[in-house]
Amino acid sequence: MSDDVKKFLYLNRKAPYGTIYALEALEVVLIGAAFDQDVSLAFLDDGVFQLTRGQDTKEIGVKNFSPTFRALGDYEVTRLYVERESLEERGLSPDDLQEIMYEDEDDDWAEKPSIRIVSRAEMADIIAAQDVVLSF
Amino acid sequence: MSTLHTVNKSPFATGSLRSCLAHARSGDAVLMIEDGVYGATAGTGLSDEIAAAARGGGIGIYVLGPDMAARGLDAGRVLDGVITVDYAGFVDLAAKHDRAVAWL
Repeated sequence: MSDDVKKFLYLNRKAPYGTIYALEALEVVLIGAAFDQDVSLAFLDDGVFQLTRGQDTKEIGVKNFSPTFRALGDYEVTRLYVERESLEERGLSPDDLQEIMYEDEDDDWAEKPSIRIVSRAEMADIIAAQDVVLSF
Repeated sequence: MSTLHTVNKSPFATGSLRSCLAHARSGDAVLMIEDGVYGATAGTGLSDEIAAAARGGGIGIYVLGPDMAARGLDAGRVLDGVITVDYAGFVDLAAKHDRAVAWL
């Protein structure tokens, strides 16, 4: 990576359908992916609800954007950090999250999980390692 | 390398301040702005928790004076250990730290 590549973290702390934050974050990630930066996503607090399996919005009249997370790997967005404590506080485990995979070009295109479960302390370290943090 | 965290929601309405404090590291600053300034007042159900964060952990806790004044909160209501800053102080904090994180 060249020197002009910065580390961008998209910080997601809102549940998916009650406000527009989550959808807007995903839109910005997809747009930003065109700029060849080092991009990762963080999900904490109610943001972890964005990644749950089985979302079905047919009867509320809004788009179910949760499958779009599975496309992020094609945009070289391959790190989705999810905070363990936020899951546990909400009665969730990693098994409640959808499977999101990417193909690792440095490892013969092996399929690997994009979701990485991290502790709250590790999340603090991840935030502290960024050049830019965009909050949603 | 350190971070300026801003919190703009009342801690009585959302968990943003608590989550912010849980992710702040030694050397970081937490600045309460807009409705976040309600978190800087003494004598509330959250005062002890916020005062403890201000005392320990090496985290500087700040509140934006103009947002307090707008809400009729005078300087005497500010929790011990919380530093009141004006807009120029906000700019100084932004310049001093390596990144800003908004806890919306």
